[in-house]
Amino acid sequence: MLGRRLALDPNVALRPEPFGALAYHYGTRRLVFLKHPDVVRVVQALGDHDSVAATLTACAIAEARWPSFVAALSALADSGVLHEPALIS
Amino acid sequence: MDDVATEPTVEPTTADAADELIEDELLVEEISIDGMCGVY
Amino acid sequence: MSPRSLVEQLKGGLDAPICLTWELTYACNLACVHCLSSSGRRDRRELTTAEAIAVLDELRALQVFYVNLGGGEPMLRRDFFELVTYAVHNGIGVKFSTNGTYLDATAARRLATMDYLDVQISLDGVDGPTNDHVRGVGSYTAARRAMDHLADAGFGPFKISVVVTRHNVDQLDEFKALADGYGAQLRVTRLRPSGRGADSWAELHPTNDQQRQIYHWLLGHGDGVLTGDSFFHLSALGEPLPGLNMCGAGRVVCLIDPIGDVYACPFVIHDEFKAGSVRDPGGFTHIWRDSDLFRDLRQPQSAGACASCGSYDACQGGCMAAKFFTGLALDGPDPECVDGHGETLLAAAGATAGATPRPAMDHSRPGAQPVALTRR
Repeated sequence: MLGRRLALDPNVALRPEPFGALAYHYGTRRLVFLKHPDVVRVVQALGDHDSVAATLTACAIAEARWPSFVAALSALADSGVLHEPALIS
Repeated sequence: MDDVATEPTVEPTTADAADELIEDELLVEEISIDGMCGVY
Repeated sequence: MSPRSLVEQLKGGLDAPICLTWELTYACNLACVHCLSSSGRRDRRELTTAEAIAVLDELRALQVFYVNLGGGEPMLRRDFFELVTYAVHNGIGVKFSTNGTYLDATAARRLATMDYLDVQISLDGVDGPTNDHVRGVGSYTAARRAMDHLADAGFGPFKISVVVTRHNVDQLDEFKALADGYGAQLRVTRLRPSGRGADSWAELHPTNDQQRQIYHWLLGHGDGVLTGDSFFHLSALGEPLPGLNMCGAGRVVCLIDPIGDVYACPFVIHDEFKAGSVRDPGGFTHIWRDSDLFRDLRQPQSAGACASCGSYDACQGGCMAAKFFTGLALDGPDPECVDGHGETLLAAAGATAGATPRPAMDHSRPGAQPVALTRR
């Protein structure tokens, strides 16, 4: 997981909220609550980095918290909120 | 000296107990768009 | 300080709805006995096309993800396709709820070309007699025909929505099979004593035993069946049902009615739950964010008479529409409280009860039996 390159799926709208954000996938009609602002920051930054690990580092997420972030990002990938972007050649 | 088992020390990004509590819960939660009462 | 749970956050309201119901018209060709909006006759104060577009513009700006269009019969709006198209082209997903009468082969093919669109066909019985008893002669046939048109047009999965009544509780497995046969998604929802439902409630609402039956059936069907989270009062029976298990009215959802009035939800079309009008200065956005009613609903609610009940955490006191239209206090048990507390209060109040609240408006066609008018 940590080595994967991920980004927000283009079919997903991310709507900031006081508690974090709502992510809605227009294709699947699935709605996901991102329950902490740090998760939102990470999700928004994923597309700018080559790996999940690099993103977590860049977002200053303490390593002890990485397991819960990895679990969250895996869930988001499974539900289609995140995808693996095509490589730009 | 008691060697009390502790959680791995965390340097929270904010000095807030809330972050430490969040470690134990899922940071995302999925709900169906049909999953809230009050719509058709 | 521990963070508030997600549900507690949502009870405090959001800056914009997650989704909402928009009844496009009070006109309807049917006269279902339980119609939550007492529909039948078009109201001449209906929002114009321009006003409706302006509402959609506001919803887009608010980033409302999804609207549930209904009525009455929404396909009776002459601008129906124009509004639906405008919505989906502006980032607002649409589901519309229809009796299917006007969903002919041409309409089905047109809908099949559209994206970000869900269609929901109403059906309250797996056979003509059961369905038509509630929805009127010919309505079963019209609904099934609409489903066949969608299937023939390759629309893909649509939704079949059932209001659970005393008479169709035993048909849940057959409803599931019907939906599976079409590759459609089944939705079963709670009957509320709203609109014309106030008068048919006594005959139609499930018995206590049937509520248990519904609860166990829902548990057995997991994620495969939608409920609109409308059975959260049954969560007091044991393991909670999927969904937020909270009343979303005025907090994460609301209703816009055909004349632009905004209510907490479609089941409480009454002045007590009216937040304002989209025609007022500030439009829908101002009402959602600043109306007195919605501010009140987003305050912590009192458990009142339910405070000492061990089930309250699970059932949250049930549905305010069900309580309001049966004359029960909002800070007390639901009329269908699974522990029987609502029934006790209703029985005690029986002889001395005054008239229960009546819906704000009645657009029923005078003298209409639940009879479907045929297309000319």
